[in-house]
Amino acid sequence: MKTSSFSVNKKDDISIVLAGAAGQGIETFENLLISIMKTTGYNVFSTKEYMSRVRGGINSTEIRVSSKRVAAYIDRIDILIPLTKDAILHLRKRITTDTIIVGEQENIEGALECTDCEVEVPFTDIAVKLGGKIYANIVVIGLIACLLNVEEGLVEDFLKQRFSSKGEKIVSNNIAAAKKGFELAKELKADQRIVIGLQKNPHVRDELLMDGTEAVAMGAIAGGCNFIVGYPMAPATGVLRFLAGEAVEFDIVVEQIEDEISGINATIGAWYAGGRGMVTTSGGGFALMSEGLSLAGVTETPVVIHLSQRPGPATGLPTRTEQGDLELALYAGHGFFPRIILAPGKIDDAFYLTQDAFNLADKYQVPVFILTDNYLVNFYYNFPPLDLTRIKIEHHIVKTEKDYRRYELTESGISPRGIPGFGEGLVAADSHEHDEEGHISEDLHYMRIKMVEKRLTKLKLLENDVILPELIGSETYKILLIGWGSTFHLIKEAMELLGERDISFLHFKQVYPLYPDLSKYLKKAEKTVIIENNATSQFGKLIKQHTGIEIDAKILKYNGLPFSVEELVEKLEKIVKL
Amino acid sequence: MNLLDNTAFDMGDIDYHWCPGCGNFLIMNILKGVLTELDLKPEEIVLVTGIGQAAKMAHFTKMNFFNGLHGRALPVAMAIKAVNPELTVIVESGDGCTYGEGGNHLIHAIRRNINVTNIVHNNMVFGLTKGQASPTSQLGYVTKMQNLGVFVEPFNPLTFAIALNASFVARAFCGDKEQTKEILKKAITHKGYTHVDIFQPCVTFNKLNTFKWFQENTYYLEDTFDPSDRIEAFRRATEKGKYPLGVFYINPKPTFEENLAVYRENEVPVYKRKKDLEKVSQKLFSFI
Repeated sequence: MKTSSFSVNKKDDISIVLAGAAGQGIETFENLLISIMKTTGYNVFSTKEYMSRVRGGINSTEIRVSSKRVAAYIDRIDILIPLTKDAILHLRKRITTDTIIVGEQENIEGALECTDCEVEVPFTDIAVKLGGKIYANIVVIGLIACLLNVEEGLVEDFLKQRFSSKGEKIVSNNIAAAKKGFELAKELKADQRIVIGLQKNPHVRDELLMDGTEAVAMGAIAGGCNFIVGYPMAPATGVLRFLAGEAVEFDIVVEQIEDEISGINATIGAWYAGGRGMVTTSGGGFALMSEGLSLAGVTETPVVIHLSQRPGPATGLPTRTEQGDLELALYAGHGFFPRIILAPGKIDDAFYLTQDAFNLADKYQVPVFILTDNYLVNFYYNFPPLDLTRIKIEHHIVKTEKDYRRYELTESGISPRGIPGFGEGLVAADSHEHDEEGHISEDLHYMRIKMVEKRLTKLKLLENDVILPELIGSETYKILLIGWGSTFHLIKEAMELLGERDISFLHFKQVYPLYPDLSKYLKKAEKTVIIENNATSQFGKLIKQHTGIEIDAKILKYNGLPFSVEELVEKLEKIVKL
Repeated sequence: MNLLDNTAFDMGDIDYHWCPGCGNFLIMNILKGVLTELDLKPEEIVLVTGIGQAAKMAHFTKMNFFNGLHGRALPVAMAIKAVNPELTVIVESGDGCTYGEGGNHLIHAIRRNINVTNIVHNNMVFGLTKGQASPTSQLGYVTKMQNLGVFVEPFNPLTFAIALNASFVARAFCGDKEQTKEILKKAITHKGYTHVDIFQPCVTFNKLNTFKWFQENTYYLEDTFDPSDRIEAFRRATEKGKYPLGVFYINPKPTFEENLAVYRENEVPVYKRKKDLEKVSQKLFSFI
């Protein structure tokens, strides 16, 4: 090990970035390290950015380890582990003079041009001596764990648990690799060159650690989902993969479908037969579902759609992020019919909202969207246990009588929903305009008008169940920040860093139908600022359409990356000072 | 002769959208007879249809129905059967809907072996959109759209299904009530995906493939024909000039529903199984 001459003292919040090619085990590293840190009692957050390829390129994972809760992406890198030659160049803009760069000689070339803190460790040589190259990442884990004052025994326990199925030899090699990492770190800590002071909090150990994908999938299970289909497409596939693993345990029909058109039609068929179905997709796949969405609308069949956004148009940037498909979700499908669009910003909300989506779809017989994005489904952080007493699986199916009419005209617009084989009645679903029995109707002077009004009435009814926007900060404010979906924690942390008392943040987890009394929030502000991860402020346009109020300032990002906290602070400072 | 009362499936005095003499009437009456003879009740069946004149069958027979989108009946049928395998699920639509718009779903419904009977009204023309060529229109067939005559290879549903190793493949002619009824009975009682292509005349738009033409250009596979012989089935399905009718291929194999993880050890339809939030809670512990 060789080091440059430096001395750093870092507190409270450490950002570790590992960068390498696809196939170098970065994901395993991420999963192992965040679990170890959380069990130690540190708060963790991790997020990755990766290229759309199976091998090569450059991918990086950021892991924040902190004394306080952390849940947002930051630019700052405290410790960088480059696993390939191009890593430093790839991350150059984020490296500062006190970024500690630890790596093999060939991978840290040029490090001293951007930082003072260089540590050369022959990870591969060490790993080879221990039994193979694959142990290099475990040496890194040992090194980081020790720098962050994790107990060595805890790391060993994790490795035993993780690799026990692979035999004793593999376990002992991994433990030896971690030990080596600890030894190296002890040298670095010896003369106080690196001091990291993080507070451990035992309560963190009892918290949950999940990514957005797992939260959506668990929410679906808790919502009574028993049917899921999808066609593989980043970033939406994880939900299907997760539920495939739970098919037997939680009684779920799981099928990888031939195309997205089939996906939406099948999911509608599942609800028609009494199931609770979800289809998971991204923008390109959802574009194919447009006609099917309209079918759900006219047949008044519930359906839950997990639409995880990535940048378009067309194939766009398959593994990057954007909040670019709000308008697609809003306007997809020909003809008018009501729908609900939910957009979680927090991992617990991804769980609760997905759970609720099944109840809402069933209650109102409408399509319900869970609108996530690549950033949200792929980030992890720890949070307090979920409260299952808050949730209920609500069923709205009726046993049919002999004279049952599926589209009976009612005051509320909702007709009791029967399913085939349950009761004496016959259950219809018709894509045509239809009469109360569900048969084709071209009665333009009565039935068509009644059926259009029935569907319109339901839209009005949906406003009763609108999830309120969440106001962060004081009830009185001069500046109101507005966001929706995945940007929640980014905006919240940026606002906290700004430290201005006159700023509050209004976050929307339901983006359609909009909260009816929304303008009261806007009118209270001297200045409104909307923050969106898209190029045209799609949500700002919706707000204007709804309230007539034009948002004063817009902060938009559309290069395929999420905002960083620092970037938001910088942009907000300019706006606040104006 | 059918002495059973098949009025259970009658809609009564309704306004049919079909032309007088349309083959759809024959198929409808045959189907009602078959369902009656199989002792099925309207509440136990779901008829899933697409769009087209044939697909309107859902509105002219009395049973549960899902009249969905053009080409998309099969995914709906797959899901219904997967959620509630106790239902008898029949898909019915035309040649354009099934072989044109719905082509991809047809491939995969056969591959999955969904336990559904797919009845395709094959009149070799688009009726509802007024007389364009369909995927099964014959070479040289002139329409206002195909004004030089059809020059693309006609789709052969039988060789297609046999090539995909379908579980049951048959062809019938609606003009022969008794034989068609027998074929449909075998199809509906067969476990797995069953494909029945039914020749029918379109009295308004297809002046080439008329009732008489079908009578003169079809014959039945011999009694000695062995439907378990895939190669022979394929060969017979390629015959032109005179088209064989009957059951071409039978290939018993596990159905899609049987193969699903949820039904491997538990036959209760998934929609009847209660979700236990206590189990969800236990699963959430694994994220600590």
